[in-house]
Amino acid sequence: MKQWLPWIVTIAAAVWVSGKLPAARDAAGGFAREEFGRLPAVANGRFQPLDSVGRNALLQLREKQSIYLPQEKRPLAATEWLMEVLMQPEKADERRAFRIDHPELIALLKLPTKEATPGEDGKHYSWSQVKPSLDQMEKEGKRIREIKPEVRTPYERAVIKLQSGLFLYLRLKNTLQPENTVDFVQDLAEYQRALAPGMAALRSREAGKEYDGLAFTNLLTVVEPFDKLAQMQSQLEAPFLIPPHHPENRKDEWMRTGETLLESVRGQALHPALNYYARMAVAFRQQQPTEFNKALTEYRGFLDGKLPAETKKARAEHYFNHLQTFYTAMVLYVAAFLLACGFWFNLHEGLRRSAVCLIALAWVVHTAGLLFRMLLEGRPPVTNLYSSAIFIGWGAVVLGLVLERFFKDGIGSVVASSVGFLTLIIAHHLSLTGDTMEMMRAVLDTNFWLATHVVVVTLGYASTFVAGFLAMIYLLRGVFTRTLTEVTRRSLTRMIYGILCFATLFSFVGTVLGGIWADQSWGRFWGWDPKENGALIIVLWNALILHARWGGMVKERGLANMAIIGNIVTAWSWFGVNMLGIGLHSYGFMDAAFRWLMLFVGSQVVLVFLGLLPQRLWRSFRPAGASAPTPAQTAAA
Amino acid sequence: MIQQLIRFLTSLRLTVVCLALGILLVWVGTVAQSDEGLYQAQQRYFKHWWVAGVSLFGYRVPLALPGGYLIGTVLLVNLVASHLARFKFAWKKLGIHITHVGIILLLVGQLTTDLFSRETQMRFAEGETKSYSESAQENELVFLTDASAPDRDEVVAIPESLLRRKGEIRHEKLPFTVRVQQYHVNSQLRRRGPMVDTGPPPATQGAGPGVVLTPVAETRSMDERNLPSAVLELAGAPGTSGTWLVSPLLEPQEFKVGDRSWRMALRWRRVYNPFSMQLLKTTHEVYRGTDIPKNFQSRIRLENPAKRENREVDIYMNNPLRYQGLTFFQYQMGRDEMDQSRGTSTLQVVRNPSWLTPYVGCATVAAGLLYQFLMHLAGFIKRRVA
Repeated sequence: MKQWLPWIVTIAAAVWVSGKLPAARDAAGGFAREEFGRLPAVANGRFQPLDSVGRNALLQLREKQSIYLPQEKRPLAATEWLMEVLMQPEKADERRAFRIDHPELIALLKLPTKEATPGEDGKHYSWSQVKPSLDQMEKEGKRIREIKPEVRTPYERAVIKLQSGLFLYLRLKNTLQPENTVDFVQDLAEYQRALAPGMAALRSREAGKEYDGLAFTNLLTVVEPFDKLAQMQSQLEAPFLIPPHHPENRKDEWMRTGETLLESVRGQALHPALNYYARMAVAFRQQQPTEFNKALTEYRGFLDGKLPAETKKARAEHYFNHLQTFYTAMVLYVAAFLLACGFWFNLHEGLRRSAVCLIALAWVVHTAGLLFRMLLEGRPPVTNLYSSAIFIGWGAVVLGLVLERFFKDGIGSVVASSVGFLTLIIAHHLSLTGDTMEMMRAVLDTNFWLATHVVVVTLGYASTFVAGFLAMIYLLRGVFTRTLTEVTRRSLTRMIYGILCFATLFSFVGTVLGGIWADQSWGRFWGWDPKENGALIIVLWNALILHARWGGMVKERGLANMAIIGNIVTAWSWFGVNMLGIGLHSYGFMDAAFRWLMLFVGSQVVLVFLGLLPQRLWRSFRPAGASAPTPAQTAAA
Repeated sequence: MIQQLIRFLTSLRLTVVCLALGILLVWVGTVAQSDEGLYQAQQRYFKHWWVAGVSLFGYRVPLALPGGYLIGTVLLVNLVASHLARFKFAWKKLGIHITHVGIILLLVGQLTTDLFSRETQMRFAEGETKSYSESAQENELVFLTDASAPDRDEVVAIPESLLRRKGEIRHEKLPFTVRVQQYHVNSQLRRRGPMVDTGPPPATQGAGPGVVLTPVAETRSMDERNLPSAVLELAGAPGTSGTWLVSPLLEPQEFKVGDRSWRMALRWRRVYNPFSMQLLKTTHEVYRGTDIPKNFQSRIRLENPAKRENREVDIYMNNPLRYQGLTFFQYQMGRDEMDQSRGTSTLQVVRNPSWLTPYVGCATVAAGLLYQFLMHLAGFIKRRVA
């Protein structure tokens, strides 16, 4: 059993992982929604598959990538939902796509609560439910926007968040066709029929000649909704669905459907993509999957010929979305963490080896996801806060595995799996704010500095966290268990010290590289910007620990305590400074994150106090068999 | 006594205390930025010897801290002293020595940067030519008169700090004494309404009678600048009796002393260059359908008659122009207020003679740390394997 356990665990996990590898397929006879999700569009300034548009929208609206349908007992996938929003909005209006959980906001919108109405969950509501109170929202939003974001109350923030969600929903609803369209194909045909006589009438009218009044008004009637659509789309910044006429000249001149429609007035033939989309929309409304799939396949053929690169990229991103690599890695880290903790309790070597194998597998999946993302973006691993979380986890897992390789005592595994899991959870929550592959603003648009400064400084964060987690193990095991033996203590101290040296090197080099980047791009080596200062504090803190250790001012326990404070320092630099809302590096105020940060800091402070307890209160330092001293005994001593 | 002092100056304890105070100062100075403003907080916390009274999350805390200069200097002395006192060459310690030499370079470099660097801005619209840049913080009171050479002016510039003190200002080239009657750090001006504004005007001469002056609180925001104003009296010059209002919001005002005509203005402090730059074209691209900036770029014609240079250059994000000890960075971009079809560009102009020290310092420290770290690692692996 001992020898076989790691094999069994690894093979089972590998089978589970490889089960996710095949690309998603559409069920025969239904709408080819996966295939639809692979269609390219330009949204948020970049090429992406419609699948990403749908997923990111749902994440922003309701923090999930699907909507559960209680009647049908199945989830409505993001692409399916997007198809409804684009082609059959009256159906999408009934979907509970909005998460609204602030009681005062629910009261403002007069929404049914869970208690008062059966069938309501009190959290998720549909557009139709919100619509009657839009005036209220508008009024409140206008008032709140005049208040500085830092001083808004949770209710006010909920209003603003919902408002931007509603805006996003409207944007998607107006991406393809005018609202209330029943048969887009027929509308297009009528438009084209009215076009030639109408334009002739218009020209005669402008020349002051006699003209066909009927044809003229006819054209005006047909154009009006399209004109309105075009205006709505540019106001709402809707995604661009229609590829450029001549992709061989200008690749990025994608168009919104409204402007494409109006081109015809200027004599341009109707873009073929528009016809394909219209056919899909009509077939979707009429529940004719065969027709829908036929139009979709033809459109795909059209795209493959004209825009092979974009089509390929959209397909790749769709596959990446489908793989959910970071979720898979997260599950494996949890499993590994449980196994490694189990090892500490019964010292079964098979458990430890299984944990190591699982972590290695999770790390491979994690790495694959990281590389895939880099390829899709064409960028180094860290481009925003989201990817920094993923990369910190990645680096910490490498360090943990290296420690495990040398010490073989389960400690490296526990650190690797817990930090890996935690950082991926953080990444998931950061992804709720929208597209995680957004384009880089001009200042940050340099792969060289992203690859050097950002990567090195992020590794510095990762290693400081690893040292802090090692110290947590030292304290928790020492205070609460008897497992902190002489040997474990020594090796833990060596690990903390070694990792701290590593952390000092990386955080220092990373910070100074940041200074050099700043000198290169705005002429200031050091601007005392909050994010720079945060990184500087990490460097100073690591240097302080090392000097205190060299000077004999702290011993084992002091080192552990200081390394835990390193966790606070790093968390502050990573997240805290973003919450100050000043400086070039700030990403805006994040209130939920703030609460978690405070919780984390609080927990670390508690640990430091634990670490300051006199050693005779630590279970590991008590002579075997002795019972815990009562407070009276402690006082007497 | 001297022994004790040496022991104190070379002790590791002093290093640790300095690092701890440094961390505290950096943290407080960062948090205070949201209350006091980035620039003000930098000056008060990092570029001073002492900090008395700090602000944390909107509260004033009566706390005294050593400032950035003091901590930096003590650390520097501590470092140099301990190396002088204890230096002994050993291969094992080589990395540590190299690292500390690098740190000394960084500290000295930052100090010299603080002392000698200068940041100004050059703002122009397409087609405009400029041979000077302007300070983003400071202002100056200038008196201009025709010099001997044609289209050249003789300029007497008085820094704002002298206005702040009020009182009298004399200059050998000025045939009059300037008496500062009022000075406001930040103010607003508007045209005087004929029926509405019945109070006395801020000044009796020049533009003074036509405007209403409202002093406002000093701004701490990064995106705004203070618009000071002052009311002056020019004593000892016949024909200039009365008071004058000066402000960066007003055009230069003319007056005559004898048969010499003068112009006076309170304007953003200027730094002149021996060459000129013309903004030819601005490019401001955003990603399709968003307002995320993709590229800011200015095409500039650089003209330096002394070196017979006349060439065109591009300045864009992460690609500054380094020329004659100055570095020009693309900073902001906009549209001309009067003519929306004309693009404007703001360049950050930096003079920093010690800009190379951080590069050298960083490389030195990294080399030292790497050396030491690899030695440890090699020893560790050797022990593990054995």
